[in-house]
Amino acid sequence: MNPRALRLRPALILAIASAAAFAVALARAEIPLEQRRSSYADMSRDNKAMQDDDTSNPGMLSVLDGEALWSEKAGAANRACADCHGDAKSGMKGVAARHPAFDARLGRPVNLDQRINICRSERQQAAPFALESKDMLAMSAFVAHQSRGEPIAPPDDPRLAPHREAGRAQYNARQGQLNLSCGQCHDDNWGKSLAGNTVPQAHPTGYPIYRLEWQSLGSLQRRLRNCMIGMRAETYPYGALEYVNMELYLMWRARGMKLETPGVRP
Amino acid sequence: MARTLINVPAKAKRGEIIAIKTLISHTMETGFRHTNLGVRIPRDIIDTLICTYNGEEIFRTRLHPAIAANPFVTFHTVATESGTIGFRWTGDKGFSATASAKITVE
Repeated sequence: MNPRALRLRPALILAIASAAAFAVALARAEIPLEQRRSSYADMSRDNKAMQDDDTSNPGMLSVLDGEALWSEKAGAANRACADCHGDAKSGMKGVAARHPAFDARLGRPVNLDQRINICRSERQQAAPFALESKDMLAMSAFVAHQSRGEPIAPPDDPRLAPHREAGRAQYNARQGQLNLSCGQCHDDNWGKSLAGNTVPQAHPTGYPIYRLEWQSLGSLQRRLRNCMIGMRAETYPYGALEYVNMELYLMWRARGMKLETPGVRP
Repeated sequence: MARTLINVPAKAKRGEIIAIKTLISHTMETGFRHTNLGVRIPRDIIDTLICTYNGEEIFRTRLHPAIAANPFVTFHTVATESGTIGFRWTGDKGFSATASAKITVE
């Protein structure tokens, strides 16, 4: 065998390297921080008005439900959230902006819904809320509502880093029968139209959101499932670590943006 | 219990046209849907909203199966005197909910 055949010419190496770098640049075009915007900005005037007025925002009905649950005694411990946490207005302010966070005992990140359920089963000794149930969404909407206007502040916890990177990898991985990645729409083509709708940047600023199409409140995980079904990809069960990892990455991607829970979306 | 959100201006000038907004939590099940097993889900909607101004009926509307969950109804009236504006929603399965708001007319 000719030993020269094994040696790549420098020019060829350069060509391969620059082609690879170009492909990476195309696929990994993160939105510059100053260009980020909530999908609120893409909504019609009517939808914005619906979200802005607390007496026309249907998400506020669930916030009221959550407020009632907050001071309702539950479980074998016969304790209400308010008995430990006091007034949610001060105690829960900023909490939603810091989740998902690392749970040392579980050894994995947990989102706000899971954190609420940990509290329920351990402190109240009550049955955890079923994920995506009316009560679960009401409680997380009430807690997240206390952070409205607060900037998203992902915790600076090194234990979260591998999970956030796993979320980022998932976000950029092509999946499903349509062979799409999240980033191909939400990083590379936001602001353009997809079947008459504006492609949003996908920042989790308003969750749980009241989606008019759903006629109900829904979590970020429900929205992720929605997109995955659109990509003809297999979804995960609610509460799966894969979703939490993606939530972690999305919150980091939206760091500093203000929460608007309960958001209204078409 | 159904949650309600009412928006009536707390103060108004006599003769002023005011906007009244009402929102109520309700599934508004159409009666046209079926479960996975093919069983029809019975209709469960709010069918009437009546609004009274100091006891006198000023607005009434019928609601139908095509109306989305958590119906939002807004309408206008003339502020004539101080008092209470009352709301009553009724519907299938004996559904009934009430709410009221105070208004001061100067």
